[in-house]
Amino acid sequence: MNFLAVIGRVVISFLRAAGRIGLFAVNAFTHMVRPPYYPRELLKQMLHIGYYSLPVVGLTTLFTGAALAVNIFEGSSRFNAESTLPTIVVIGIVRELGPTLCGLIVAGRVSASMAAELGTMRVTEQIDALHTLSTDPFKYLIAPRILATIIMMPLMLVIVADTIGVLGGYLIATSKLGFNSGNYMKSTIDFLEAIDVMASLTKACVFGFFISLMGCYHGFNTRGGAQGVGISTTNAVVSACIMILLSNYVVTEMFFSS
Amino acid sequence: MSDLIPKISLKGLNKSFGDKVVLDSVDLDVMTGESMVIIGGSGSGKSVTLKCILGLLEPDGGSIKIDGKEMIGISDTERKEILSKFGMLFQGGALFDSLPVWENVAFGLLAQRLHNRADAKEIAIEKLRRVGLSPDVAILNPAELSGGMQKRVGLARAIAANPEIIFFDEPTTGLDPIMSDVINELIVECVKDVGATAVTITHDMSSVRKIADNVAMIYHSNIIWTGPKDKIDQSGSDYIDQFINGKAEGPIKMEILKG
Repeated sequence: MNFLAVIGRVVISFLRAAGRIGLFAVNAFTHMVRPPYYPRELLKQMLHIGYYSLPVVGLTTLFTGAALAVNIFEGSSRFNAESTLPTIVVIGIVRELGPTLCGLIVAGRVSASMAAELGTMRVTEQIDALHTLSTDPFKYLIAPRILATIIMMPLMLVIVADTIGVLGGYLIATSKLGFNSGNYMKSTIDFLEAIDVMASLTKACVFGFFISLMGCYHGFNTRGGAQGVGISTTNAVVSACIMILLSNYVVTEMFFSS
Repeated sequence: MSDLIPKISLKGLNKSFGDKVVLDSVDLDVMTGESMVIIGGSGSGKSVTLKCILGLLEPDGGSIKIDGKEMIGISDTERKEILSKFGMLFQGGALFDSLPVWENVAFGLLAQRLHNRADAKEIAIEKLRRVGLSPDVAILNPAELSGGMQKRVGLARAIAANPEIIFFDEPTTGLDPIMSDVINELIVECVKDVGATAVTITHDMSSVRKIADNVAMIYHSNIIWTGPKDKIDQSGSDYIDQFINGKAEGPIKMEILKG
């Protein structure tokens, strides 16, 4: 009986949290489309989320592409299929590793930063101060952050992640594994299809939405002091990562399920 | 006629958090141009009263009227319009640390699209000068300022749009006695300058004696005494005598021990 009660409590608590997050997201979207708009805030967030995330995203995918090439070369040589290396690298990076790794890295960097910043604003009464200055915190703080992440993830970060990831594989393949540069590039381009890129960019949009939603939701609802900010930051990163991995599977099924 | 309508009127205001009753049928009138100071111990409901008036907390019941207009149940647009009459100095300053000092001061002007950025900056520098800060402070970040300077910037922000009502939440908390007196003086001057109605919540009796026209004491979720500042020493209430004299012995301590 107690066991059932515990399960019931967990399920109710989960549904309540999901409902709150859903309402928060709807509220954020309605504020995105209704004036006043804050273009300066949007540009500031685009710079912070997009431009300043480039080095860490680039480095991560460069080395992942290189490691992927080495792994695939070693594995495919067991059945004399080394020539498939460029194809597998480009499909693996563009469909999966580029957007997913980029999403996880940006979740760690941006979701945490949003939760910490908004959480600190909450506990130091800066969000209350916005109210008293006739400014809706949803319009000024939440809408620009979510919009900026949804724009910058596909248009800058995942395109760069995909390109640099493929480049990492190319560099290792041509410098160490004996591939001809021209043939490698030709195989890469020939086997990459528009749907692969579409899936990658769709994932980027979805991941961007969850990264910013979780960062903003947990930060905005912070309670207590420094400990509350710490808890919100942890919850934001963990929930954003879970949502990225879960939605990655859903989007993959949508695009590639036969 | 409008002088007879209180600027702020609370009637039967209730607010609870779970089982804890914080405000229990609070009544309070603040007239136009009056400086009302609300005193009371920690957790007595002073801040909750201000937050209910500002719409930061939803009261459980009762009425809040500003200039005779009911605030409870109004639309966001109406609330925003009424909030444009308010300025507030927060206890910790609540300055936006991502913005330089001048943008903090001019935030309300820019948010309400009352001025362009150049004009708003000029007004901000003028308001900073009004609270005794030099123009070169305008480009600093709030984190670079001392506690006293942050309070002054908060005060400049509160008066920037020449509000009709200004709230001061524990304006001298965390300041040394001299800086406290400087802030109290500035509050009195600034409120007089802009001709605002002021509501201050504080524990600090030197602030009360400097700022107040009238005083209200809140205790056990209710206002137990209201009157002019110069009558507070002859209130005849043991609770008030104990509070204003800061004595350990008295009914307030007895209640705490019982609790």
